[in-house]
Amino acid sequence: MALPSLSQSSATLSFILILLVPLAAAGLALVNCGLGRSRSAAHMMMASLCVFGVTAVVYVAIGFSWQGAAGRPAHILMIAGKPWNWIAAEPFFLRGLPLVLSAPESLIVLLQILSVGLAAMIPLSAGSDRWRLGAACASSALLAGLTYPLFAHWVWAGGWLQQLGANCGLGRGFVDGSGASTIQTVGGLSALSIAWILGPRRGKFSREGIPAAIPGHNAVLALMGCLVAWVGWLALNSAGAILFAGVDASRVVLIALNTTLSATASALTAAIVTRIRFGRPDASLTVNGWMAGLVASSAAAAFLKPAAAILVGMVAGFLVLSSIDLLESRLAIDDPGGAVSVHAVAGIWGLLAVSFLSNAGSTGQWLAQIAGISTLLGFVLPLTYGLNWLLNRFYPQRVDEEGERQGMDLYELGAGAYPEFVVHSDEFTQRY
Amino acid sequence: MKLTGFLLLVAGWVIVVAALLVLPSAVLRAAFVLAGIGVQLLGLFFAVRAHRVLDVEKD
Repeated sequence: MALPSLSQSSATLSFILILLVPLAAAGLALVNCGLGRSRSAAHMMMASLCVFGVTAVVYVAIGFSWQGAAGRPAHILMIAGKPWNWIAAEPFFLRGLPLVLSAPESLIVLLQILSVGLAAMIPLSAGSDRWRLGAACASSALLAGLTYPLFAHWVWAGGWLQQLGANCGLGRGFVDGSGASTIQTVGGLSALSIAWILGPRRGKFSREGIPAAIPGHNAVLALMGCLVAWVGWLALNSAGAILFAGVDASRVVLIALNTTLSATASALTAAIVTRIRFGRPDASLTVNGWMAGLVASSAAAAFLKPAAAILVGMVAGFLVLSSIDLLESRLAIDDPGGAVSVHAVAGIWGLLAVSFLSNAGSTGQWLAQIAGISTLLGFVLPLTYGLNWLLNRFYPQRVDEEGERQGMDLYELGAGAYPEFVVHSDEFTQRY
Repeated sequence: MKLTGFLLLVAGWVIVVAALLVLPSAVLRAAFVLAGIGVQLLGLFFAVRAHRVLDVEKD
């Protein structure tokens, strides 16, 4: 595996696209905020900023050292006469890296810093209304310093999952154009770990395990977040495909089209299904459908035909609704923003779609995709759960009972997000 | 039960990776990879079930 060779125009296009990627994070933050409660709204936005900051610093300090880039120094194991690249060997703090537009690795680092921040923002939704700010930052540091770089090296930096094609004859090896696995599923599985470790919000489940509806506080924010995230995702999918999958820059039109089709098909599916089930289209589930469509498109937007992108989106829409229902009603997992369903379930579906619906690989491509999904379940989930469980032993991640009663805004920030509007009388208890 | 669940998740992954590395036949590879995924699904079932039990105990 070698670094993609970029012409001056491709490098410039990639750089401009990367500059738009923060909109994906902004959109996700708005969605998380809108789907959460009003008494934790400012806390959610504050946590999004802090988490993004922590991941950027930790990733630059140590994360990139483990992740590296294709064709850069790495540790290689010889197994059965074949080289297996398992971890990068870069110096800390990006030392020795040419940080100029003409060097593809510098563009890769820039996109990675934004990607790891996006991945770390996903669990915030699952921990909404009960996850302490300091704990969220510490957990994000573990993600950016260890889990994400290791897995991303295997997928994008010439690691063993990417080598499955050359070493085992499995199509092109594990294919993930723009982060359905590395960003979305890693973030979604971290969200699952956090939801498990924190436990449900007080009052969410009755003693019999029946869930209570705790609706999001601002559908407008959440819907606006979808539109903002859309722009960010168009850029993320395009830049990722050019820099990680080595796709020709001229395919950005197809990538943008497929990303849009997948998101719209998924949102429409969610709206229609909720209209049939509840008599009215549900705004928050349609938001989840839109985001799931974007997530599912991340793996294969560069390799799908438009009709296949619509199918990917429709299935993502169905899957996210079923998964949200299953997690809440049957499995008693309290995930306020649907992060596990939107990011992990739809991400895994997108990865599978690469083998069944795209022209990314040939014989054995499905085995390579299954191997990647298996690695997410068998390596990333236990690792992220174990790290967060350890962190929780030394630094309790859940806010105490009083904090949960007051709301995270008042308890941790000292002021509410909407001080001039009394939304619920119990949310404006003075903090002394 | 929680530990069993996570151990099964890891064990399933090891089966998948070992099948890809060791087995030459495509049919055998596919069979063992699917078996490994089956083990992981069982592990996921145990992990989910363990957390449900833990949450009920907390209440």
